[in-house]
Amino acid sequence: MLTALIAIPAVGALLVALLPKGRDALAKQVALGVTLVVAVLSIVMAVQFKTDGARFQFTEKYWWIKQFGVHYAVGVDGVALVLILLSTILVPLVVLASWTEAGRSGGVDTPPKRSVKTYMALLLSLEAMMVGVFAATDVFLFYVFFEAMLIPVYFIIGSYGGAQRSYAAVKFLLYSLFGGLLMLAAVIGLYVVSANAGHGTFLFDELRNLHIAPTTAKWLFLGFFIAFAIKAPLVPFHTWLPDAAGQAPAGAAVLIVGVLDKVGTFGMLRFCLELFPGASKWFTPVVLTLSVVGIVYGAVLAIGQVDIKRLIAYTSVSHFGFITLGIFAMTSSGQSGATLYMVNHGFSTGALFLLAGFMISRRGSARIDAYGGVQKVAPLLAGTFLVAGLSGLSLPGLSSFVSEFMVLVGTFSRYKVPAVIATVGIILAAIYILWMYQRTMNGPTAEAVKGMKDLSKRELIVVAPILAIIVALGFYPKPVLDAINPSVKQTLVQVHKQDPKPTVAEKGSHQ
Amino acid sequence: MTTMNAVLAAGGPELHPQAAEGVQSVAWLLIALPLAGAAILLLSGRRTNKWGHLLGTAMSLGAFVVGLLAFFQMLGQDAEGRSRLVHLFPFISAGSLKVDMNLLVDPLSISFVLLITGVGSLIHIYSIGYMSHDPDRRRFFAYLNLFVAAMLLLVLADNYVGLYIGWEGVGLASYLLIGFWQYKPSAATAAKKAFIVNRVGDFGLSVAIMVMFATFGSLSYQDVFGQASQASQGTITAIGLLLLLGACGKSAQLPLQSWLLDAMEGPTPVSALIHAATMVTAGVYLIVRSHAIFELSPDAQLLVTIVGVATLLAGAIIGCAKDDIKKALAGSTMSQIGYMVLAAGLGRPGYVFAIAHLIAHGFFKAGMFLGAGSVMHAMNDDVNMRKYGGLRKVMPITFATFGLGYLAIIGFPGLSGWWTKDGIIDAAFEKGGTSGQILGWLALIGAGITAYYMSRLMFMTFFGEPRWDEDVHPHESPKVMTVPLILLAIGSVAGGAFLILGDRFAKFLAPVVGEPEAAHKLVTPYTAIVFALMVVGVGLAYVQYLRRPVPRTAPAGNPAVTFARKDLYGDALNESLLMRPGQWLTRLTVYFDNRGVDGLVNGLAAFIGGTSGRVRRVQTGFVRSYALSMFVGAALVVGALFLVRI
Repeated sequence: MLTALIAIPAVGALLVALLPKGRDALAKQVALGVTLVVAVLSIVMAVQFKTDGARFQFTEKYWWIKQFGVHYAVGVDGVALVLILLSTILVPLVVLASWTEAGRSGGVDTPPKRSVKTYMALLLSLEAMMVGVFAATDVFLFYVFFEAMLIPVYFIIGSYGGAQRSYAAVKFLLYSLFGGLLMLAAVIGLYVVSANAGHGTFLFDELRNLHIAPTTAKWLFLGFFIAFAIKAPLVPFHTWLPDAAGQAPAGAAVLIVGVLDKVGTFGMLRFCLELFPGASKWFTPVVLTLSVVGIVYGAVLAIGQVDIKRLIAYTSVSHFGFITLGIFAMTSSGQSGATLYMVNHGFSTGALFLLAGFMISRRGSARIDAYGGVQKVAPLLAGTFLVAGLSGLSLPGLSSFVSEFMVLVGTFSRYKVPAVIATVGIILAAIYILWMYQRTMNGPTAEAVKGMKDLSKRELIVVAPILAIIVALGFYPKPVLDAINPSVKQTLVQVHKQDPKPTVAEKGSHQ
Repeated sequence: MTTMNAVLAAGGPELHPQAAEGVQSVAWLLIALPLAGAAILLLSGRRTNKWGHLLGTAMSLGAFVVGLLAFFQMLGQDAEGRSRLVHLFPFISAGSLKVDMNLLVDPLSISFVLLITGVGSLIHIYSIGYMSHDPDRRRFFAYLNLFVAAMLLLVLADNYVGLYIGWEGVGLASYLLIGFWQYKPSAATAAKKAFIVNRVGDFGLSVAIMVMFATFGSLSYQDVFGQASQASQGTITAIGLLLLLGACGKSAQLPLQSWLLDAMEGPTPVSALIHAATMVTAGVYLIVRSHAIFELSPDAQLLVTIVGVATLLAGAIIGCAKDDIKKALAGSTMSQIGYMVLAAGLGRPGYVFAIAHLIAHGFFKAGMFLGAGSVMHAMNDDVNMRKYGGLRKVMPITFATFGLGYLAIIGFPGLSGWWTKDGIIDAAFEKGGTSGQILGWLALIGAGITAYYMSRLMFMTFFGEPRWDEDVHPHESPKVMTVPLILLAIGSVAGGAFLILGDRFAKFLAPVVGEPEAAHKLVTPYTAIVFALMVVGVGLAYVQYLRRPVPRTAPAGNPAVTFARKDLYGDALNESLLMRPGQWLTRLTVYFDNRGVDGLVNGLAAFIGGTSGRVRRVQTGFVRSYALSMFVGAALVVGALFLVRI
């Protein structure tokens, strides 16, 4: 099943790439068809997933490089499952959003007539790797997917991005390579440790039970953690993100910020915490500090942005702070909330980027001050943008609220001060979202905006499912939480952490 | 068992609601009907333009009928059976955090349900006429329905998370409705300001919820209140103060009051429903609902009363200086909610009057706002009272209904406000001690100022010589607008007596907030003083605004008048203390991030490989250097590992 989910888009990518020149329409149709098939299959898999079953399901395991103990091993737990679903649902929508020339460009300065089929092939190959990276249960395989993902993204930003695409693409690549390098070292180190213990392996299940000397564990933790912190990104490793997201075509920005970055936070939860529980606890104060700084710092930066896409990127820096905060709070509520946050953030930021992209493609500028009074001429665009924005500021009733609430409550029960400072983020979020909304959508209609067309049917079909998911999960997050909770429980057992007892109950037990 | 002990210790009423039956078991319809209305109206687009307003009104009326049926069913129960739980669905669950979506139908929540859906429906009907020329009337009704649904969730939830969802939901509706005419920059700014200031309050509410979970391991009212007495004094006070911060935001109490005056940018029915009768009273609901917390913390209670008194005076003073009829009424709303907050802080003798005044205020203030809307319709949407005058003859129904609301708010004996406001003042004096005396006298003075500014408003609008602009031809409003005015006026006249006579409301609320120790005395020594101050206030306004002609342009006032006109410099304070430093901080941070963090990284990159100028070389050479750097890095770390081993 999982192999099929990886192979279908990969084969699709090849197929599209091999299409003869000029068959753009066909390339788009094939891409859409393939991604829809993948989406349906992944939903079928989700339905079959047993929340009370074994932790990893749909597992497959074959030797890959026997000499080095490398397996092709895949399987999903609840966390990986929901993230795969997030990816496979977003990709067909991104394909549909990239239907037109404007949808595939990162700005007015993108050279026209870039190849359609290459773009679609890159998207498809990216999808294969995204599924792979979440499904891999062999650390080496994970690493391979983790690094291979860079290549399609690099080319999408570099060829289809805005005026500063080369700069953004190279910056993205250098940051990621640096992280990847550290991680590779740590992966090899991990193998060495396991080999010294008598049995060299990269399998997650086996490494999980490996005893690692504390000092070694700390170094290995750092190797993984820095790679993930760059990917996530955590302050101070964040500066590549606004450039990459600001220059990339909107659809690609959705995948970069919505899905790719989750690999970082997913990695922290899955690999850092479970492989190096002791080291994770040792580094917790540092990570919590960085998270809280990120929440406030990212939000303040978002307020000060003049470019819509960069603004959304900075809001994500703030939101990633919440996610890492929840993960390292080491409570069930914090970690389940953080995982749910990954999913919710993917959808709400995805919707924001897509809608911002639609708007920018009409006006040809990403600057906030190039707009004004859009609501009067394009009420649908403004209305959907508002819903996506409100999800971004975690309005109760929309999905992000549930996850943010869980993270905050879960963090507070163990770390009071970080949780309270993080809560300031809810005020700042209201400022950055509503101020941007006011400057673009409200007020008298700007001269250059007059005559702007409202959302087309195709564009509406792209955002409607996302908004529907945002509302549905806002009121009924149970299905996702049911999938996540058992996995999070395992993680907490592995790090030997129990939820703090209510202080009232604690007092009672002392008496 | 522990819960029982806690209840006995707190001396509070029984906290074990039974499962709902009959109509009450479908109490979710209360929320579902208006929510469905909002969804249909928003999603259907222009197709429902023709009858959208009727659907919206029908949904609100439907909720009112369900509310009435549930209320009558409740009356048939004994005290223990009056609190009923409606289980809906499990909402959040992770580890020890479990939150269920349940509704609590009890005397307190049903009082609000009737107020929200009753006054709400009247305002829906009124809006059919008031918004008849607006091209976006359908959207307006969608937002009104959304508001009603959210407000009902706020009061019906049986836990703090549900309350919080409704709390922010009404904030959203308020944002959308203040900014309904969003093409006006002032409206858009006011909407945003309201939301952001409210979020400051929500910060408090959020942290309060976190403390509650960390302390009690649950967020349902039943668990929190049941265990409240076991928590430490510091914790309880902290929760109380954080809840108070939330209440200050939503109810426009000092220091978070500044958004309410700007909120008058919204259409007038919105000011009546959201910014007078219902939403802004949510803070009072929060405090009364959480009475088990506040009763355990005298410090928190004292602060509640201080905030209430300070705001009731500040709002009244602002009300004196405004020429804009809606802003004068908004100042008055602040002030009247100040009375309610004061009462809520006074503990058991105060709760009944807090809620009774809230309901009475819902009638007379909504009536006066709608009356103001009727006047504005007649005056071509001019809000400047200096250009009104003599309207009583051309708008007799508006005048009569507004006049009854006026008599109710100034506490004319026998009308609603007299029963409820006097009760609050008495309760303040009954508190005893120096604090009781100070609170009582300040509340008394506030009553005098209320009589002054409301008489000023009344005289400037309906009495004296007409000072109308030339193209203005005032006329009475259509029936669809005057009928709600009449119904609200009836409530303004009779509501107070109905609730207070024979301690009817006190007995009704007793299962939730407990019974006051002593029966309420209708006439106390203070009654006479209040009456005297009221006469002085009216007289002063008579001398200034009826005996003398009112100038069409506001005269330059002394510093005190300017102080009041500028909303006691609340905005100036916010601007210099928060906004300006905030803007500087933002600019500085952006500069730092671009030059500092990113500059450092870019400089490093340039140093190592050269990015900006030599992009191409990096691109072509990247595979090789990547492989090389990977190898070197890996070797280094493996080497380090061996070193550590040795």
